[in-house]
Amino acid sequence: MSTTSVAELLARSAAAWCPGAAGVTSAARLSGGASQETWSFDITHPDGAIGAILRRAPSGYGAAPGRAAGLDAEAVLMQLAHDAGVPSPKVLHVLRPDDDLGTGFIMQRVAGETIPRKILRDDEFAGARPKLARQCGEILAGIHGLSAASLPQLRRMTAAAEIAELQREIDGFDWPRPVFQLALRWLRDHDPGPSERVTLVHGDFRHGNLMIGPDGVRAVLDWELAHLGDPIEDLGWICVNSWRFGVIDKPVGGFGTYEELFSGYEAASGIAVDVARVKFWEVMGTLRWGVMCVGMMQRFRLGPDHSMERAMIGRRSSETEIDLLRLLAPRA
Amino acid sequence: MQDEPRPDELVKAVSDFLRNDIAPQISGHAAFKLRVAINALDLVTRQLTLAGDSDAAELHGLTMLLGVHGTLDGLNQDLADRIARGDIDLATPGVKEHLWQTTLAKLAVDQPNYGSYKRELEPK
Repeated sequence: MSTTSVAELLARSAAAWCPGAAGVTSAARLSGGASQETWSFDITHPDGAIGAILRRAPSGYGAAPGRAAGLDAEAVLMQLAHDAGVPSPKVLHVLRPDDDLGTGFIMQRVAGETIPRKILRDDEFAGARPKLARQCGEILAGIHGLSAASLPQLRRMTAAAEIAELQREIDGFDWPRPVFQLALRWLRDHDPGPSERVTLVHGDFRHGNLMIGPDGVRAVLDWELAHLGDPIEDLGWICVNSWRFGVIDKPVGGFGTYEELFSGYEAASGIAVDVARVKFWEVMGTLRWGVMCVGMMQRFRLGPDHSMERAMIGRRSSETEIDLLRLLAPRA
Repeated sequence: MQDEPRPDELVKAVSDFLRNDIAPQISGHAAFKLRVAINALDLVTRQLTLAGDSDAAELHGLTMLLGVHGTLDGLNQDLADRIARGDIDLATPGVKEHLWQTTLAKLAVDQPNYGSYKRELEPK
């Protein structure tokens, strides 16, 4: 669909749910694959322009891929998070059939930065960096504390199910991966068993999905991988070395320490963090990212996205192999 | 036998041309894509230069570790299977060193600027 027609449809939609809306400007597609798109636009309004984001799956792309929560669930989760005081964009509108924009939702655009290298290196964020790890702990406590009764239908994951899924994917590569197999063995041998707590898990809480300003985390984005499971999965995932962007001695996103993350989490939740469980999920997350890298390379091979970027991501899986060895078989 | 220049020399010449003569002239998304392209060519150059020696060392290591002869692919599959079955683990003599050597050899080609790799190359 052309930019013009999306802008026209957005203007028609906004007029129906945003009193005073008088058109849409600056509509631009930001990113997205074949099945999901993100658009940025401004709603013209007498009180000043309203910055907004559209996340949608165009008509004809019905079923979400296996792991995705679905756009309807994402909208509900963002709204719940927002209402509970978790930094999250306000959902302005959930798309309806008469919007003619497919399925998805429109949310408030939050100003800030998501590019890791800027957040970790630019002076603008120097004041925020020392606070981020603790803040991430507090935010995760908030997400994990959302009332289970209010949540939409989500897939239920366990460590054992995740290991089985990774095993299936790795065996399907048809390419020998001794280090991945080593990590799978380790995960099987160290599975801490079913979690006593089963909560909402964000599923992709890391750089790129955190909108950050000089004052700290302003919004948690992209709830696509949200599910029910062991909340500690989220704490392990944000510590995966791939999200440290070179600042490898600061395990939390390249900006903070385990202790800061855990103390923020414990202060906000009143629940002590099981450190061994965090390491288990950090290993799982590292392997998961390595498997995702190979998966993206395979989609390059099969097409239709025959891009250099996808091809080159396949060559990043070895980064996770060295990180797995550093975790599981450190050299003296 | 093919004639000179070697593939690695040709690919490096193309990469240098793109980096030095073309990159300064373009901006925006095309500049980003060009950077990815140059990175890909540099990776190919490193593989053409380094993989001969590292593959030979890996094949030797696998032969010693597994006690059988085979292709690089076949022996790696054998190692992966034995680790998956639990027949071989980190306590097996030589396994840890072998996995480290082969992983470092991959990083030398794939991402020599990766933080963990640079850290592992530092003197202990």
